[in-house]
Amino acid sequence: MTPAATERGLEESALSHRVTIIRPTTGWSALRVHELWSFREILYFLIWRDLKVRYRQTLIGAAWVLLQPLALLAVIVVVFGFFVDIPSEGVPYPVFVYTALIPWTLFAQSMTSASQSLIANSALISKIYFPRLLLPIGTAGSFLVDFVIGMALLAAMMAIYGTQPDAAALLLPLFTVLALVTALGVGTLMSAINVRHRDVQAIMPLLLQLWLFASPVAYPITLIPEQFRTLYGLNPMATVISGFRWGLLGTPPPPVGMAAASVTMCTLLAVIGISIFRRTERTFADVI
Amino acid sequence: MSEVVISAEGLAKRYKIGNRRSRRAATDTSQHEFWALQDLSFEVRDGEVLGIVGRNGAGKTTLLKILARITEPTKGSVRLTGRVGALLEVGTGFHPELTGRENVFLNGGILGMSRSEIRGKFDEIVAFSEIERFIDTPVKRYSSGMYVRLAFAVAAHFEPEILVIDEVLAVGDIAFQKKCLGKMHEVATQGRTVLFVSHNTGAVVELCTRAILLEGGRKVAEGPVDQVIDTYSQLLGSNAGASAVFEADPNLAASLLEVSVRSTADAERTGIDIADGLEIAVCYRISDRLPGLAVALTLARNSVPLLHAWSSESIPDDEVAEPGTYVANYALPGMFLKGGFYTVGVIIGTPETLYQDFREVVAFEIDELRTNSHSRSYRRDRPGHIISPGSWRTEQVGSGLDAKVPSK
Repeated sequence: MTPAATERGLEESALSHRVTIIRPTTGWSALRVHELWSFREILYFLIWRDLKVRYRQTLIGAAWVLLQPLALLAVIVVVFGFFVDIPSEGVPYPVFVYTALIPWTLFAQSMTSASQSLIANSALISKIYFPRLLLPIGTAGSFLVDFVIGMALLAAMMAIYGTQPDAAALLLPLFTVLALVTALGVGTLMSAINVRHRDVQAIMPLLLQLWLFASPVAYPITLIPEQFRTLYGLNPMATVISGFRWGLLGTPPPPVGMAAASVTMCTLLAVIGISIFRRTERTFADVI
Repeated sequence: MSEVVISAEGLAKRYKIGNRRSRRAATDTSQHEFWALQDLSFEVRDGEVLGIVGRNGAGKTTLLKILARITEPTKGSVRLTGRVGALLEVGTGFHPELTGRENVFLNGGILGMSRSEIRGKFDEIVAFSEIERFIDTPVKRYSSGMYVRLAFAVAAHFEPEILVIDEVLAVGDIAFQKKCLGKMHEVATQGRTVLFVSHNTGAVVELCTRAILLEGGRKVAEGPVDQVIDTYSQLLGSNAGASAVFEADPNLAASLLEVSVRSTADAERTGIDIADGLEIAVCYRISDRLPGLAVALTLARNSVPLLHAWSSESIPDDEVAEPGTYVANYALPGMFLKGGFYTVGVIIGTPETLYQDFREVVAFEIDELRTNSHSRSYRRDRPGHIISPGSWRTEQVGSGLDAKVPSK
């Protein structure tokens, strides 16, 4: 074989590594993690774009990251702290609530924006191919940055009130993942439905309000009768929030039964959400 | 022979039309289905530039969307070897709030370029777009011309192994269009595999070696680009040899029988190409001796009259027409009318009496079948209704910037 022929042969074998077969698919399809990975550059650009655009042409820019939960905090502190005087497990009430609002804000914003992500990017869906799952994942990912900024303010607040974090703070990433995966489970499901039925846009704010009161943001889980706590764990945010308080404020850890229920529910939501998303994904460009 | 890099077999795509409720109630589902593509098979070899032509709704865009993996085929399969990049529009993903610089990265990234690849080509892209000064301005403040320049510049530097492009090259002003077409040429001759879809068959002829003609979702012709374009022009035939026939009016001394428009090019081809000569024939009958009888044509585009021509211009003033049937032929040269739809109006009369006046009775279309008009001043959507008959001559009259305008 001449060197040129060898080179040509190598070139051909290099080419044949990237064979793509396009054919109709039906039914349930696998997640194909390696494909998601191979499109990670697009994920990077989607997150980068969301971060760049979010607070552009606003007067106070990124300060909104802090102001949004702080405004909610003020309302809750005034209503539940002063008027109702809810117990807060021996922690100053504002810190107690803000510790919950940090993961809650991440959860609420990720879920809402994930459910809108396909519609908001319909131009991309009808013109460019990439795994559509990157859209809800990317938009949820961009709120992780807001989350980190919120954590910094929380640290300052804890210093002012003199509360000490616990060794359990090392588990915070796990609780964060629990919140994010739950948000994505519901978010992917809602985004897929949203492509066909825009009713989702009316449902989401309602769902979030209910979910906020169903989560221990303004109150401690000790307010729930002990025999119902495992059942209460079916709301994964219950475990997430009590986990955050455990790690940062040293309150009692979430009961094991409740945590198990939360993890089960979270997994179930993610499996349902992603499966339905993948099943309907192939028609997105046709119906959006 | 080089390797086959795209191989499509039995591709078909069905769309469901109508709303869901009526579909659920319907027993005959075929009424609510539409096959955008049917049983399409073809092969493209490495380095080939294949054109895909066809009328609106022939399935061109559906085929592109399948190849770009935006939508799935209903039947059949495609085997692609190599990285496929699809350009279905320029500036996909551009965000108005972001600056030109940021959008270059965003758009490039979404097309499938890596950050380091974009960084490496960034200066080249900006230079190509000719908007260096505004690269850090949000694109929402750009004029639409600046916007498409930047968008095309990114697209032009996108170099996948297989490039699938829709008619994206017709952007910007004339000079920029020339540049775009030049860049397309470069891509086409570099040995890259290109699938090019266009209505502008002239551009297809210029860029492609082989073509496929789609009609009603099926492949009706495939082969060397010239042959396929010939078949295509025959397909367009229905609106080419236009004519209108009239009942003779027995009460009038002179009445029109027929007006027809046809191309003077060979009879095999029925479409009228922009380069073809035109012949407008007016057939009329007179039952009296009529001094100074003449017919006149009015040629209009978008209801704007372009010209008015009297047959009496070539007849002596005192000539008397004898009773009988006549055909008056009016000839127009090729490369005179731009591509587009035209109408013909006819009147018949003498200096004293107007017998008949038919406005816009025949419509016909001039097509850019063999001439690429994209980068020319006579492109359809540019101002003006006819191809400029004048010619330009430009010369340098001074070397410095202070040169005076030479006086006559």
